[in-house]
Amino acid sequence: MNFKSTIGLEVHFELKTKSKIFSPSPVTYGAKPNTETNVIDWGYPGTLPMVNKEVYRLGLMVALATHSHVNPVTHFDRKNYFYPDNPKAYQITQFFKPLAENGYVEVEVHGQKKKIHIHEMHIEEDAGKNTHGTNGFSYVDYNRQGVPLLEVVSEPEMTDPDEAVAYLEKLREIVQFTGASDVKMEEGSMRIDTNISIRPAGQKEFGTKVEMKNLNSFEHVRLSLAYEQKRQEQILLSGGRVQISTRRFDTNTGKTVLERVKEGDADYRYFPEPDLAPYHIKKEWVDEIAANLPKTADERRDIYVNEYGLKPYDANVLLQSKESSDFFDKAVAAGADPKQAANWMNTQVNGYLNENHAELKDIALTPENLAAMIKLISDGTISSKIAKKVFAETVANGTDPKKYVEENGMAQLSDESVLTPMVKEVVDNNPQSVEDFKNGKDRAIGFLVGQIMKQTRGKANPKVINKLLLADLNAR
Amino acid sequence: MNYLNETIDSLNDKLKKGELDAKQLAKDTAENIKKTDEKINAFITVDEDAKVAEDLNFDNKLAGVPIAIKDNIITEGLKTTAASHILYNFEPVYESTVVAKLKAAQATIIGKTNMDEFAMGSSTETSYFGDTKNPWNLNKVPGGSSGGSAAAVASGEVVAALGSDTGGSIRQPASFNGIFGIKPTYGRVSRWGLIAFASSLDQIGVMSKRVKDSAEVLNVIAGADDRDATVSEKEVPDYTAFLGKDVKGLRVAVPKEYMSDAVEAGVKKAVQAKIDLLKENGAIINEVSLPHTKYVVPTYYIIASSEASANLERYDGIRYGFRAEDAKNLEEVFVKSRSEGFGDEVKRRIMLGSFALSAGAYDKFFLQAAKVRTLICQDFAKVFEDNDVIVGPVSTETAFDLNSEISDPIKMYNNDILTISANMAGIPAASVPAGLSETTGMPVGFQIMGNRFDEGHVFQVADFIERSNKFYEQKPAGLED
Amino acid sequence: MEKVTNDTIKHVAKLAKLEFSDEELTKFTPQMGKILEMAEELQAVNTDGVEETVQVVDRDTVFRDDVPEKWQTRDEMMKNVPDKSNGFVKVPVIIDKDDDQ
Ligand SMILES: [Mg+2]
Ligand SMILES: [Zn+2]
Repeated sequence: MNFKSTIGLEVHFELKTKSKIFSPSPVTYGAKPNTETNVIDWGYPGTLPMVNKEVYRLGLMVALATHSHVNPVTHFDRKNYFYPDNPKAYQITQFFKPLAENGYVEVEVHGQKKKIHIHEMHIEEDAGKNTHGTNGFSYVDYNRQGVPLLEVVSEPEMTDPDEAVAYLEKLREIVQFTGASDVKMEEGSMRIDTNISIRPAGQKEFGTKVEMKNLNSFEHVRLSLAYEQKRQEQILLSGGRVQISTRRFDTNTGKTVLERVKEGDADYRYFPEPDLAPYHIKKEWVDEIAANLPKTADERRDIYVNEYGLKPYDANVLLQSKESSDFFDKAVAAGADPKQAANWMNTQVNGYLNENHAELKDIALTPENLAAMIKLISDGTISSKIAKKVFAETVANGTDPKKYVEENGMAQLSDESVLTPMVKEVVDNNPQSVEDFKNGKDRAIGFLVGQIMKQTRGKANPKVINKLLLADLNAR
Repeated sequence: MNYLNETIDSLNDKLKKGELDAKQLAKDTAENIKKTDEKINAFITVDEDAKVAEDLNFDNKLAGVPIAIKDNIITEGLKTTAASHILYNFEPVYESTVVAKLKAAQATIIGKTNMDEFAMGSSTETSYFGDTKNPWNLNKVPGGSSGGSAAAVASGEVVAALGSDTGGSIRQPASFNGIFGIKPTYGRVSRWGLIAFASSLDQIGVMSKRVKDSAEVLNVIAGADDRDATVSEKEVPDYTAFLGKDVKGLRVAVPKEYMSDAVEAGVKKAVQAKIDLLKENGAIINEVSLPHTKYVVPTYYIIASSEASANLERYDGIRYGFRAEDAKNLEEVFVKSRSEGFGDEVKRRIMLGSFALSAGAYDKFFLQAAKVRTLICQDFAKVFEDNDVIVGPVSTETAFDLNSEISDPIKMYNNDILTISANMAGIPAASVPAGLSETTGMPVGFQIMGNRFDEGHVFQVADFIERSNKFYEQKPAGLED
Repeated sequence: MEKVTNDTIKHVAKLAKLEFSDEELTKFTPQMGKILEMAEELQAVNTDGVEETVQVVDRDTVFRDDVPEKWQTRDEMMKNVPDKSNGFVKVPVIIDKDDDQ
């Protein structure tokens, strides 16, 4: 028997704001417990929410970048459930009138292009965090309470794990390049819930849905979905029934494990949030956001490959994060040769970041300094050997390359009026080498270059010397 | 210090002239409250060391004047309980906007008044801190839920107090205690710091013996606030400017549903006398209909309880307030803290609201009620097309006996039929004394409702009636030894 | 409508995290029944084509600018906490979450 899988994905993105969605508490990562909270975050009696405008702006950027229909009227709703990390015992979310609906992203999977549709996306508040002790107690930290989230709900229309992962990769790329979220799974700024059901080919009704929450990586998404496909197939083939349940992916065994059988749908008692009036999204605001939307990864890739002539591989390395792509674009804008800049970014800069476990935003290197250094190379002021020293200095201390080269006398000697007499003198003093050259021994050139380098203490521009030497020797 | 013969203006005058000292006044006020409260129990907390503002500027009418605050309004540094066991020890670490504004106007916050638990009730009998007694007759309820504020004013413990009104909780106790009380337009006063009962209906207002005193306090507490997203940015007029006017040409609507036989004879007679008075003085009286009046009670109880069921979920024993001591696991912390921490009336409403929002019931109950609310709003909008105010009784009866209705929720709920609509439509409404009932000898309240943000006409009519009968000269009989 | 039974009450109580003794239920269940009977009267109102009113606010929700501010210190926030430890709020161990967010 053949089976058909139906996969749906719910992805939560933390939106990159300075303050929380309904309170002015700072949004930080890794602060001491309960230091970044206030009476609103704790759901104190008498407090009221006040919406952060930036949350709407960032959400709208994602809506536009995914071709979604922005709802002209939005409203928040309350979703009720008791839990220690949920201080009001309701989450303020958007249930009846979400931010946007009916979007899509385009993916390429198994060599085929396909549109995966987005059912809706809504903004809501994150909950606090619980730590479970071994002594019979749990500990609650409300720092994360109220961090803005954008939840993107796909249509259940993916048919295999590869498609699901392709969708996730594309969605992450799109969201990242709007700048709306950091999309870091390890820090929880991108969180994935999946659901999958299978049914015999030809059957119309969907099978029983199994959910998996908070998958830690795309690879886990792929493996857990593949495992579920097989597991559910075997149940159906042996005449069994799949239970409505939530399962967890065990990274050690590669299997999914039952967490909880659902007794039916949870009763969240959604109703419109009376503390917040509706918000009518004005067309002018949407148009303004659309006009200022940062270039997508696809648009950038096109420029890198077709305009700058980068290899697709190099372009993709630059496009692995918006940060590196932005950095590269700024370096080019500051006058760096694109190919050189790409080369430096993907080798030296990345090497430095890996070695120091750092991110671009944490290091002293600026796009302007990188561009300045590349210009010093292209115009022959420094050799590529000296460039390595200059890079080491500027990446570590943010030193201006031009100033550094000047102050340390590292500029190459390229002035032909200075070098020509020196070349003539060296050739005059080494008749043996002239003869070797005439007899076709190329090594002779190397020897002569070495002599000049010795005299100039390595500062002579090898290209210029080579040229002058050849001219001189050929004239003899 | 007793305030039965004082007004904010008279106090301001004496303070300015140095006949009264603000610090001494605060002490004397607290002392008098303690003494009077042995009889009426109007306060949950009295601040005997109430902070008096420095450098009093008597251009502020409220400078140095002690004001009482209903105990569901947050006061930083002063215990705030909403009259519930579940918040019996709650110490606020922030300030409500209304109290911040009163403090900025240099008023003295003298204490926190008793109320029905979480403002749910019409008699102040659901308080965790005991009943409040009606100063006119100590065997009768002061009404509710702002019964403590009303009794405090009626007995002269304070000159004015803040209350809150979700379905009549300012107007009905004002009526039962023979004082003035106004619930402003929804969105006129910030709710930041008001412990929520039903967020779309709750509104803070003022209670005082004299109409002008409420106008002066409302002048201070009304207006925009960047902590409340539902408050209006409309400019606040000087409400005292609407006082001292006649009513010639004023278009006054009398809904026939408000003067039905359900209204007790003594109440009806006192209210009719005031309608006649308005007519004699040149007002145009129009009999109108608010056809959905018979549905307001169920509509209100579904909407208010639904919102309340969510608003009161935060009292779970985790972050503040009462946590059950014998809870062995998390579920028990939730269930036992809530079951022991809330009183019966609060639990009834949480249950009703949770039911009305639950799967399968939402459309039939919550959504249908929200649609009927639209029809109720439309009834009012239509009447206000041709009228400046709507008048009638506040309550179908005068203050009832303690313990007489508390066990019959439906009877208690139906008491609110004449006050609920103003909350549903978000319009301003007030109660001004019409006199004493010929049948019960207890005060009768005359209700005046205005169009949205038209507190002006409400004050104008209330002040006219106050001047006609000078009811404030009558002293509550229950306090005489 | 279907009669309100002790089971209905128990189901709703579970949602609301409340519990009632059998004695309380004998008093409470008929009261709830009467209240819901009253609520049932609304079914008689024709609301075809009527929009619901969930608020009577005179404007759209206002936005706050994205400017972080610190209001309370952790000590202030901890002031009312019944049980706490090392800057955390302490609760009996959480076994199961009945929910996703
Ligand atoms: Mg979800
Ligand atoms: Zn969510």
